[in-house]
Amino acid sequence: MIAVEDLTKRYGSQLAVDAVSFRCEPGTVTGFLGPNGAGKSTTLRMICGLTPPTAGAATVLDTSYRKLSNPGRQVGVLLDASAQHQGRTGREVLAVSARVLGVPPSRVDELLGLVGLSRSAARKRVGAYSLGMRQRLGIAHALLGDPSVLVLDEPANGLDPEGIHWMRGLLRDFADRAGTVLLSSHLLHEVEATADHLIVIGNGRIVAQGAKDELLAASGVIVRGLEPTALHSALAGAGLTATPGADGALLVEADAEAVGRAAALAGVALLELRPADTGGLEQLFLSLTREESLVA
Amino acid sequence: MTALTATFPRAGLARLTEVELRKMVDTRAGFWLLLTIQLLAVGAVTIFLLEAPVDLQDFGDFLAASLLATSFLLPVIGILAVTSEWTQRTGLTTFALVPERERVIAAKVAGAVALALVSVAVCLVCAALGNLIAGGSWATSVGEIGQAALFETLAMLGGFAFGLAFLNSALAIVVVFLVPRILSILSATIPALDKPAEWLEMARAVGPLADPEVVMTGTDWAQLATASGLWIGLFLLVGLWRLRRTELK
Repeated sequence: MIAVEDLTKRYGSQLAVDAVSFRCEPGTVTGFLGPNGAGKSTTLRMICGLTPPTAGAATVLDTSYRKLSNPGRQVGVLLDASAQHQGRTGREVLAVSARVLGVPPSRVDELLGLVGLSRSAARKRVGAYSLGMRQRLGIAHALLGDPSVLVLDEPANGLDPEGIHWMRGLLRDFADRAGTVLLSSHLLHEVEATADHLIVIGNGRIVAQGAKDELLAASGVIVRGLEPTALHSALAGAGLTATPGADGALLVEADAEAVGRAAALAGVALLELRPADTGGLEQLFLSLTREESLVA
Repeated sequence: MTALTATFPRAGLARLTEVELRKMVDTRAGFWLLLTIQLLAVGAVTIFLLEAPVDLQDFGDFLAASLLATSFLLPVIGILAVTSEWTQRTGLTTFALVPERERVIAAKVAGAVALALVSVAVCLVCAALGNLIAGGSWATSVGEIGQAALFETLAMLGGFAFGLAFLNSALAIVVVFLVPRILSILSATIPALDKPAEWLEMARAVGPLADPEVVMTGTDWAQLATASGLWIGLFLLVGLWRLRRTELK
C-alpha cells in the first residue's frame, strides 16, 4: 500500500510537485499519467526517499520508506532502467543487489529467467544493452526481493509490443496476488490496459484520479446523427453539452440514455451511439494536461 | 508475495562492505584501474632495480618506490568508489536499497581501506622480489610496514574525501592532482607560506611515512594529523553534509 499526502517539491520558484495526494491499494495497478516534466518522477523519487520533499509525506506499507529495515524486500523500485553502471554485467547487477537484500544467489537465475534475459545476455555489460533489455533487467531487479509493492517509472519505455504485452501480464498477475503496483507513463495506451486506477498529473498538480472505469464513464458518449446540425441543437435543447469531433460525430458529456432520449424527442435519426472509451480517455488526458499548461 | 506485516533484517556493515568492495572491482573500469595500480608497483621496482645505484637497493627502498608509484592512482579508486554512484547513476539503486546513506559511505570507506591494504601487500611482494634479485639488506620493522599501510590508506582516503565532497568524477580527479601541485609551487615560491605549508600540505606531511631513511618525529606526526584533518577529515565532513541533503536523480 502506498499513501501520499500533500506531497510538494519546490525547486527555487518552480513548484515541480504541488500538494499531490493519492492512495494505491493492494490488489490494484495504479497508472500515474502525465506529460514529460509533469512531476511524475519527482513524486516517485519522494515516495522512495531519494528526494526530500518540501512539504507533505509519503508512506509505503504504513511507514516512511526510509524507515523500512530492508526496503528492497518489501518494495520493488525501478526509477530509471538506464541508471546502471555501463561496465557491469547484467547478472552482476542482480548478484550484488541479492547480497544487499540477503536473498539466495539462486534468485538471480530465477529472475533472469522470468524476465527473459538469456544466459549470454546476462553475461554482457549493461552498456551493450538495448533500452528494452535494460527495462527487463530493471524489472528483474525490482522483483528480486519478492516485494509486495512495486514502484516503476516508465517501465514500458523502450519495450517492443511483445514486451509491453508481457509486462502487462506480469503486473496484472502481481496485483492479483494482492500486490500493489504504481507505474508511471507519459503514454496513455501503455497503462490503459493494465491499470485499474488512474492518476493524471499536469504541471505538478493532480488533475484527475479515480477508477479507470469511472474516468471512462465520465468522459461521456460519442453520438453521430443523420443530420449533425439538427442533432446538435436537439442536444443543446435538452441541456447537454456536445463537442464536435471527427466526421460529424459529437462527444457528449452525458450517458447514452439521456442522449438517446433527446434525439428521439427531436425526431433525429442516430447512426451511432457508444461510450467514448479510449478516445474519450485520450481526450481527457490531453485536455486536462493542455488546460494545465494554458493556466500556467 | 510476502506478508505485509513481515519485517526483514537489514544487511550488516560487514555485508555492505563486501558489496561495496565488490562494486569497486566488478566493473571494467574498476578492474583495469586496480590492475594498473599493481603493475605500477611492478614497474617501479623494475626501474629501481635497473636504474638506482646498487648501494641504495635494499628492501626499504624497493618498498618506498612501489608505495610512491601505487599511491599515485589509489586516490582515483577512492574517488570513483563514490562518484560512480552519481556519474553512472547507480545511486538511485544503492540508496533505494539502503536508505541510511551514511552506512553506505561507511561500507565504502571500509572497502576502500581494504583495497589500500591489498595494494600494500602487493608492494611488499614486489619489494621482496626486487630485493631478492638485488641482494640488498632486508632490514625492516613492523613500524615501517605499518607506516606503509597508513601511507596507502591516506592516499586512498584523500581521493575518497574529494569524491564525496564533489560528487563528480572529473572535478574530483582534476582537483586531486592539481591542488597539491599548485600548493607545492606556492609554498616553494612564497617564503612566507613555507612554514604553514609544513602543517597543511598533504604531500609534504605523508612523505616521511614512506621514506625508509626518515624516522617519524612527534612533529612529523602532528603535521600529518593537521594535514589529514584538513584534506581528508574536513572534506569527508563536507561530503557527508552534502550527502544527507542531496537528491538522487
